[in-house]
Amino acid sequence: MLEIKNLCVAVDGKEILHNLNLTVAQGETHVLFGPNGAGKTTLLMSIMGFPKYKVTKGKIIFHGKDITKMSVDQRARLGIGMSFQRPPVVRGVKTRDMVAACLKGKGDGETIQELAAMTDLAEFLDRDINYGFSGGEIKRSELMQLLAQKPELALLDEPESGVDLVNIAVIGELMNQLLEKDCPIRLRKCMGLIITHTGHILNYVNARTGYVMINGRIGCSADPHEILATVKEKGYEECVACLLKCNGIERVNK
Amino acid sequence: MTTEKTTGTLKNKAQAAASKPATYGEDIDLNSFNASADSPEYREDPSQLPAKAKEQMLGAGVMLDDTSQRSGTFIQMDNTPVHSSIRQEGIEIMPVSQALEKYDWMPDYWWRAVAVDADKYTANIELNQSNGYFIRALPGHKTDFPVQACLYLSKARLAQNVHNVIIAEEGSELHIITGCTTASKDEPGLHLGVSEFFIKKGAKITFTMIHNWNPEIAVRPRTGVIIEDNGLFLSNYLLMKPVHSLQMYPSAQCIGENATVRYNSILLADKGSSLDVGSRALLNAQGARTEIVSRAITTGGNIIARGYIEGNAPEVKGHLECRGLILKGNGIIHAIPELKGNLAGIDLSHEAAVGKIAEEEVEYLMARGLTRDEATATIVRGFLRVDVEGLPPLLTAELKRAIEESEKDVM
Repeated sequence: MLEIKNLCVAVDGKEILHNLNLTVAQGETHVLFGPNGAGKTTLLMSIMGFPKYKVTKGKIIFHGKDITKMSVDQRARLGIGMSFQRPPVVRGVKTRDMVAACLKGKGDGETIQELAAMTDLAEFLDRDINYGFSGGEIKRSELMQLLAQKPELALLDEPESGVDLVNIAVIGELMNQLLEKDCPIRLRKCMGLIITHTGHILNYVNARTGYVMINGRIGCSADPHEILATVKEKGYEECVACLLKCNGIERVNK
Repeated sequence: MTTEKTTGTLKNKAQAAASKPATYGEDIDLNSFNASADSPEYREDPSQLPAKAKEQMLGAGVMLDDTSQRSGTFIQMDNTPVHSSIRQEGIEIMPVSQALEKYDWMPDYWWRAVAVDADKYTANIELNQSNGYFIRALPGHKTDFPVQACLYLSKARLAQNVHNVIIAEEGSELHIITGCTTASKDEPGLHLGVSEFFIKKGAKITFTMIHNWNPEIAVRPRTGVIIEDNGLFLSNYLLMKPVHSLQMYPSAQCIGENATVRYNSILLADKGSSLDVGSRALLNAQGARTEIVSRAITTGGNIIARGYIEGNAPEVKGHLECRGLILKGNGIIHAIPELKGNLAGIDLSHEAAVGKIAEEEVEYLMARGLTRDEATATIVRGFLRVDVEGLPPLLTAELKRAIEESEKDVM
């Protein structure tokens, strides 16, 4: 289980997340919606523990353990994994090395080949990680690494952005594998927290809860398909109005 | 012109340049080094050399206990060749003094790729020459395994003056590993070496040089390469151990159509090491090509990484890539890439980058479960990774081994 309690996070001295609360139960996948700049990526980066994202208040609890002060690698070893929206190019470090690092010795060259075949990245194994990769290749490579890592909490930052429709189906399938869609929820080991702008991924992933984030706060939680339908019809304006109302703030300018 | 006359002219030129400072690098006082040393005994079996020397040589890629994966071996200690052997037909290895006696055509190669009066170091080599190696592949012959050569400095305060000549005749192929090293861990010494390479039509030389000196040694190699039609020169230079002062700027002239030269240099400067290392390619014939790649890491020393490509003929192409990593300490990396184009229709480019390891890259690897130290080591290993096109697997493996052995020093 992932529990986020009254979390405040600042970046470069500016508070981005304000008193945020969120719980993902064992085996569940939740989805974050929200306009650009709402703080969705900040939330994921804070859960992963990147030093730039300073927790000024609140706690992050993973499987009952307070991980708020743990380093990125400690969290990764505890079972948190992340698919980056724009991962860096690391020259000289091969895709194969990254997959091997994710496997932590739990697989061999054959396992790497299998994962590469599954993600259609066999010919990328000996290329520098992310160097010259297309949008879809980056997403598949991120998922290949997570499939090797087998996290118990997968943080997926816009897994479908910049990906064509054919590739979205492939990525959806890989995500299902990662998030154990075919397994009953009570038996699943992996939880998911996914950021999506387009909602395309909802056609593939079995997500039961969605949130709308606005200005560093969670406005509401509901069925993700319903949220998507509302946002498509009325835009995030409706969510902003709702959030202001919930917080007892009257809008000055309509 | 007779050989005597040529020799006389060379000596005169050398005399005139005896105090001429080099264009680059700290000026070394040649008088503070001795020119003579004892002559160690010749060994038919190189495995009979002292264990300590063999260990040092192994650190420079020269294997003497088992030479089954070498086509030939040449060892010079101080100023004396102590072993020279060949295991393959069509390949010649001998002390250069012997080649000068054996072949009357040697003057056609002697001081033809490097000018005798380039600076005081070349002049000193001519005036106080103490042998060197001669390696040649006869037309159409290809080495099954690399040929290895070692220049070993055993006596403290000695100036080693070697002159090497390497010839790949038409259609031949030579793979050479040269290891240069020293017996002492902390005594001063001076290594001066001229190497002249001649790559005939359609021939290929892969030259891998590993330097394994000590923090008090000064080194001034002087290298010239002449490449004819469709010839290829592939140079790999590895310096991962401390040295006091090293300056070199090998120069290759592509004089034949489609001649190609590739340089790869991997340099590490620890505190107290001062390196000024460059690679130069003159593309003088149609379709000539070059690629110059250097990777420089400082852990406290200073590195000047130079590169120069000159395009003097139609349809030549060259690229220069120079990357520097400041890992720790107050070291300096100064990248100086230069391109000169003398006519239209040429294609020359360069890229240079100097910096520390990007925090974003370290954190990306940490998010996969690597500790900060493991992530940093992985990135450094990647930075030093040698993906040399055309290098035989055996040499790739040996380079990789040499780099991996030095990684612990870097970290």
